[in-house]
Amino acid sequence: MSSEAGDIVRRYKEHTARKVSYILAGIFMMFLVAVYSISTGSVDIPPLDVIRTLAGQSISPTWDSIIWSIRLPQVLTAIVAGTGLAISGVVMQSILRNPLGSPFTLGISNAAAFGAALSIIVLGAGSTSSNVGTAVTINNPYTTTIAAFVFAMIATAVILMFAKLRGTTPEVMILIGVALGSLFTAGTMFLQYFADDVQLASMVFWTFGDTSRASWEELGLITVIVFIAFVYFTLNRWKYNAIDAGDETAKGLGVDVDRVRLWGMIWASFVTAITVAFLGVIGFIGLICPHMARRLIGDDHRFLIAGSVVMGALLLLCADTVARAMIQPYQLPVAVLTSFLGAPTFIYLVLKGRRI
Amino acid sequence: MILDVNGVEFNYRSKEVLSNIKFHLKKNEILAILGPNGVGKTTLLKCMNSILKPKSGTIMIEEQDVLKLEQIEIARRLGYVPQRCEPARLTAFDAILLGRMPHIKWNISAEDVMLVEDVIKRLKLEDLALRYIDELSGGELQKVGIARALAQNPKLLLLDEPTSSLDLRNQLDILDIVRDVVKNEDVSAIMTMHDLNLAFRYADKFLFLKNGTIFAAGSIADISPQIIEEVYGVPVTIQNYHNVAVVIPV
Repeated sequence: MSSEAGDIVRRYKEHTARKVSYILAGIFMMFLVAVYSISTGSVDIPPLDVIRTLAGQSISPTWDSIIWSIRLPQVLTAIVAGTGLAISGVVMQSILRNPLGSPFTLGISNAAAFGAALSIIVLGAGSTSSNVGTAVTINNPYTTTIAAFVFAMIATAVILMFAKLRGTTPEVMILIGVALGSLFTAGTMFLQYFADDVQLASMVFWTFGDTSRASWEELGLITVIVFIAFVYFTLNRWKYNAIDAGDETAKGLGVDVDRVRLWGMIWASFVTAITVAFLGVIGFIGLICPHMARRLIGDDHRFLIAGSVVMGALLLLCADTVARAMIQPYQLPVAVLTSFLGAPTFIYLVLKGRRI
Repeated sequence: MILDVNGVEFNYRSKEVLSNIKFHLKKNEILAILGPNGVGKTTLLKCMNSILKPKSGTIMIEEQDVLKLEQIEIARRLGYVPQRCEPARLTAFDAILLGRMPHIKWNISAEDVMLVEDVIKRLKLEDLALRYIDELSGGELQKVGIARALAQNPKLLLLDEPTSSLDLRNQLDILDIVRDVVKNEDVSAIMTMHDLNLAFRYADKFLFLKNGTIFAAGSIADISPQIIEEVYGVPVTIQNYHNVAVVIPV
């Protein structure tokens, strides 16, 4: 009898070890793609030399400057932004008990975009400078960030308010999210109509989420926020598992569901707001990546959060690399590509119909 | 005396739902809460572990008032099995492991894993252990829910209509499990039920709710056809079949 029971524990440990190995394999792949991504572009650098340069050797001053000033920050930005969007999505899916939960589908990205647009127009935080490739700089990124954050939080508050009022059903959440999304899109259009051409260009360029936009300082700031959110979400991983089993089960297990839901939404929105404010709107990563991770490692947040991080980082990094290579010498903003990925994935989710 | 409930009142907004609820339960006893739909059976059950906060009253478990404890402290003493457990892409082992949550700080220990293994063996769920719960049947899912509550190491199990929407085989399986656990371990159970015959077969004590308060309570000897008729508005007779009381509407 004990051998049979010991067998259960052994099989269970194999089961969890497999999940860990998927995550480790994902991290390894991410490293490979990162090196490949740094090596490709208008100037090709052999991958081995990329590794050497990253390790501190100076092979050529030009390569040094390409790698350290342009490609490495962009690759790291893709990894950090992918991480942030994916963890926001995975946590929202859990606390809203809704497979379509993500900063994008719930209108939070649109709200942040509206806030950023408002800061560009009303507070004069943005301008264009046509001599650089991306053609846009945000004069005062912190005003834009704060405005984007404030509006993301307003959208969050409205969703939570309706959740309190009408119950946290998937239908209510999605419908309120869609309504808010179009409301803020309308608001953005309204602002665009009254913008002068410099402001308009600034806003439109801003909306296309682009990983090449962040400087080392901005990357550092996003990284700190994403890292804190990751730690916070990881600390709460058992609670998300409990909420997955139903609010009542979770409460019976001693989880303060309303509190977990509120703080989860606040952190997820914060991460979204900061990413969107610095990089622009990057759609669907927050929706797709958690689901890809779920298919591989299931819904157990002890592994799913890390799995979504790897998936988000990997997917945004791949998309970014492809977007850069697609129509050289131009660089396509990565958001254009991720939005194309979104539609088929949505349809796939509907067809699979799991937990919808 | 494991449980002593005194003067519990519950209001939903300003509407009085439960008033003057008073009963007690001994170790190794099963109490069935009975009464028509909407009378407040589930509400009463949720008040027991403070998922819903009663307006007044005391709920003493081993000389401690549940209503004065932190939610996590309550979860260490009371295991709650809701009517429906939501399926997710988790193995049954993971789902049962969740019952250890009130007891763990940062991560599960080898002891937690052994406890879960032990619960799985006691409930004979070895075949389910490594299956995903979103692929289980309703009966199997309910067993996982009970196993999770037992993994909490509770003094008292609360079950909300544990047999609703289950077939006959599973109804008996589930209630056999509850009875075995209560009789052999240091646990008592309260369950809300609709099926009077199943209640009479498995529970030791009965509590009939009517108009938000206790209409009648006691052991099987105290339950008369008149009580049932008063509570449900259906005339019945109670027959004895091989020492089991059977309710038959007439």
